[in-house]
Amino acid sequence: MIINSRFFNRSELMGFIALAAVLFVILPLTLDVFRLNLVAKYLTYAFVALGLVLCWGYGGILSLGQGVFFGLGGYCMAMFLKLEASSVENTKIQSTPGIPDFMDWNQITALPLFWQPFHSLTFTILAIILVPGLFALIIGTAMFKRRVGGTYFAIITQAVAAILTILIVGQQGYTGGINGMTDLRTLKGWDIRPDHAKIILYFVEVVLLFACIGIAQFIRLTKLGRILVAMREQEDRVRFSGYSVANFKIFAFCMAAIFAAIGGAMFALNVGFMSPSFVGIVPSIEMVIYTAVGGRMSIFGAVWGAILVNFAKTSLSESFPQLWLFGLGALFIAVVLAFPNGLSGLWADYVQPRIDRLFASRKTKAGWTDNSVADGAPAE
Amino acid sequence: MFGDYSIGDLGSIFVMQGFAGLILFSVYVLMALGLAIIFGQMGVINMAHGEFMILGAYVTWMTSNLFQAYLPSLFSGYFFLAMILAFLASGALGMLVEWGLIRHLYKRPLDTLLATWGLSLMLQQAYRSVFGAREVGVELPQWMLGSLRVTDSIEVPINGVFVMCLTVLITIAVAYVLYMSRWGRQVRAVVQNRIMAGAVGINTEKVDRYTFGLGCGIAGVAGSAFTMIGSTGPTSGQLYIVDTFLVVVFGGAASLLGTIASAFSISQTQSTLEFFMSGSMAKVLTLLAVVGILMLRPQGLFALKVRK
Repeated sequence: MIINSRFFNRSELMGFIALAAVLFVILPLTLDVFRLNLVAKYLTYAFVALGLVLCWGYGGILSLGQGVFFGLGGYCMAMFLKLEASSVENTKIQSTPGIPDFMDWNQITALPLFWQPFHSLTFTILAIILVPGLFALIIGTAMFKRRVGGTYFAIITQAVAAILTILIVGQQGYTGGINGMTDLRTLKGWDIRPDHAKIILYFVEVVLLFACIGIAQFIRLTKLGRILVAMREQEDRVRFSGYSVANFKIFAFCMAAIFAAIGGAMFALNVGFMSPSFVGIVPSIEMVIYTAVGGRMSIFGAVWGAILVNFAKTSLSESFPQLWLFGLGALFIAVVLAFPNGLSGLWADYVQPRIDRLFASRKTKAGWTDNSVADGAPAE
Repeated sequence: MFGDYSIGDLGSIFVMQGFAGLILFSVYVLMALGLAIIFGQMGVINMAHGEFMILGAYVTWMTSNLFQAYLPSLFSGYFFLAMILAFLASGALGMLVEWGLIRHLYKRPLDTLLATWGLSLMLQQAYRSVFGAREVGVELPQWMLGSLRVTDSIEVPINGVFVMCLTVLITIAVAYVLYMSRWGRQVRAVVQNRIMAGAVGINTEKVDRYTFGLGCGIAGVAGSAFTMIGSTGPTSGQLYIVDTFLVVVFGGAASLLGTIASAFSISQTQSTLEFFMSGSMAKVLTLLAVVGILMLRPQGLFALKVRK
């Protein structure tokens, strides 16, 4: 119980230090700005993976529609940035100055009503949290109150992802269509495109990620987290003990949605555009892949999973585009068949015992830093 | 939206769009039949189902090329052989997949979804490497081209009629196999209670393998039919997979009748709406309606009454 009463136990603390060391110190020192920006892009998926750990790993609710929330968050942010980029002086050459370029191309002459509030940054930040949160609340309430779960829930969330993608692509004049919202320039007058802005945005994102990790860890440690696990294992027993299973599921799903939305908003800021290709079924399932590879039960594992799978994707698809899909497919089958707890499961089974033994033998030695660097080993 | 048309026009529009919907319906039913067997009966979410369908389509395409090159005199009949080959190829691959992958995952239905997704990625890449990234079209024999004139304003294409007849035949055959034959009884017994079925001497592993093979085989036939109304590419299967799953869930997963009814209502709604608005909005509205109804009635249109 002593271990549980602390926020992190020893191995989690090591995981925390390792991740913080890699993200705050090692990567910014060793990578150039272009690569660091790529890492920032990978980390936006880590937010989604983190949400999936809560909702899928702990709650047992597999959502195949996380791209929806990623997209909603991203589009909210992109709408604000797009409006700022489409000021009257920037868009003088259009037939209607002052509206986003894709609206002008689609013969829309006035800013649609639902775009108006996105002039305000405060509203945008609230919308990034609330729009996906409420949407998840509606879907979750409708589904879980009727005790729809498991595979049905997965298929319906997948359908929602398909609907939103078709809608965004189809309503070109309001959403930018298949190209999405491109050419995002400034945030409150601060240019987000040059190198120093990219570095600042990277650090903002890492700080946010650690805040989300803290929230997830807090949820995991409280009674709430234990009820989630109990619910996953024996839903009926939890219900018979007097807990409202539906409400806990809705909560987990909403948290996952909000994390995904924060990731989406950071994506729009870091990468500088947002398009429906990050909303649909394929990206949604890929986000589940990151979580599964990293370890669906591990908060840090999910972050590593998002970074590593994306890193492999970038480097493999650059050099062997043919092999990449084979590799991804095989990786996925292997993860499901052979090690369902992903990298973090392998870590806990094979590496952790050795480190523990190391600690047991030389307890007083300052082995911390060595091991925390070694903790980055799954990075290879 | 009806204002600009006269009553007679509207009638013809509904019939023509209804017929276009019937062809969509045939593809949905053929896809969904296989999925209803695999998902409804076995509880396995086969995300690679679209790729099994595309395998059937590629087999049909290869057969038609072979006939064109070596047996041009028999070309008009190639389709029947192609269909059988498509069934066998997809069914064999399905049985292989069941043996290598699915049978380890019966206790973890959500994981079958992830594993078969991985499989579908690999199959897509395999098709791309073997057949190329470009879409291929099948040359139809002469007798399938053209259309039948029913009245002055209504015409129906012959290949559409053919696909529909095919669908009806296959549906009857599947219903017969599942509900009348000894083997179908075994399948249903295994689904209802695996342990008891094993205890009375049914080889449950073998039943599983053949059931999965049958479902995939029907997907192959669906692919064969699909070549007549569209061209085939490595990722064509993915476009249909979500729709098909919705069809199966909407119908009530374990019910063949429900699958057919839901395929009918979804395809008809979509193709009728398509005349009045853009294709994408028609699809959005149809899917939204389905999801909405599923939220009110999660068990689907025709649900078996089962105590869980």
